[in-house]
Amino acid sequence: MEELKSLILILMGGVLINNYVLQRFLGICPFLGVSKKVGQATGMGVAVIFVMLVATLVTWPVQTFILDRFGLGYLQTIVFILIIAALVQFVEIILKRFVPALYRSLGVYLPLITTNCAVLGVTINNITDGYNFVESVFSTLGVGLGFLLAMVLFAGVRSKLDNAPCPKAMQGLPITLISASIVSLSFYGFLGIVENILL
Amino acid sequence: MDILIPIALLLLLGAACAALLTLASVFFAVKEDKRAAEIRDCLPGANCGSCGFSGCDGYAKALSEGKETRTNLCTPGGDGVARDIAEILGTSPSEVEEVVAYVACNGSCHPKDKKFIYDGPKTCKGANTLYSGDRFCTFACLGYGDCAAVCPRGAISITEKGVADIDPRKCIGCGLCVKTCPNNIIHLIRDTSRVVVKCSNKDKGASVRKYCTNGCIGCGKCQKVCPEGAITVTDNLAHIDYEKCINCGSCKSVCPVGCIHEGNFICGAHFE
Repeated sequence: MEELKSLILILMGGVLINNYVLQRFLGICPFLGVSKKVGQATGMGVAVIFVMLVATLVTWPVQTFILDRFGLGYLQTIVFILIIAALVQFVEIILKRFVPALYRSLGVYLPLITTNCAVLGVTINNITDGYNFVESVFSTLGVGLGFLLAMVLFAGVRSKLDNAPCPKAMQGLPITLISASIVSLSFYGFLGIVENILL
Repeated sequence: MDILIPIALLLLLGAACAALLTLASVFFAVKEDKRAAEIRDCLPGANCGSCGFSGCDGYAKALSEGKETRTNLCTPGGDGVARDIAEILGTSPSEVEEVVAYVACNGSCHPKDKKFIYDGPKTCKGANTLYSGDRFCTFACLGYGDCAAVCPRGAISITEKGVADIDPRKCIGCGLCVKTCPNNIIHLIRDTSRVVVKCSNKDKGASVRKYCTNGCIGCGKCQKVCPEGAITVTDNLAHIDYEKCINCGSCKSVCPVGCIHEGNFICGAHFE
């Protein structure tokens, strides 16, 4: 029971409290780039969840059974980048074959997941936080869902922005960045909420 | 010598990743029809959807797969594109019925004189949600330029009268503006047509006169004078049947309010 509780804590923490986009400011590029339409934002979010999960499934065993065993922990970053880059290319090939519509709508942003710091960040943080394999998977899932949530929420905000009266100097990117910071600020309201619900 | 272990490890990992990608690219390769890409390059790329497919990619794919055999569906592309497509597919080319769009509103209902001060989003769609817009005429062009925003060729401008004006020399007849206009006052006509009714008002003549000097009052003079019987007045508004119209222009000369227009302005591209 305690284990399950801690897993749920990790999951919800990743979604609401340690939201990578809104609290740790990782993965801002797709957050601003693909958030114009809710549909595209959802597609991107799902693709990132998928890549994150696959990346964790591979990088955690690699770190534990290869890097740590041979005392090569310092190779972590470069090895993880290599693995993630290869995986993203793999996902791209699969998408092109089976979901061409999603492949086209993601366009240039799918290759950009290759160097997405949110994916690299979650795999490295899983190791530094000392999570075991199951905890790592749950943490990744939480972070991915948090990314999806942030994307979809912000896509909604942006569709409202399109019709909002806005001073000329602030139109476009400036007002987008300001709204992003307000959305980020609103997520601070979740601090401490998850622990208190479960206790 | 310690350096050799990490080097070997990285090489091994790199080789494993390369093997994975090579295998994937072999087993999940996508067979693309070369003709689809060629047809796609011929098409204008406006993705307007007037062919009935979800954009130029969809039309090119349907043509290359043989699901669609008509090569003349791309109105914006015209005869040139139809010929190119037919050449790629090895079929005989067929002619495209070229169309242009026109706005059925003269904009004579006093642009400065509004029913109320509209302060919402500056779009026709937004303005139209409140009492059919801020103009006295509920059938009028609202002039916020939703059509101009979607026009892929920049053919639409808003005149000083506050109505949309379509430059027929730039119009490719894709019909995006027709779908966008919330008042449904933009129509497509064959580019050989010369006469249009520039009004959409279905109110009774007396009430039209109160706010518009050029609105159709449904008097029926044009209907009587038309030698081909191409004009009918229904719902207090004159309609032209372009199957019968011979572009004689006699309706224009009898119209007491001047809402029927005639001339090359409809189809400048055709006459140049």
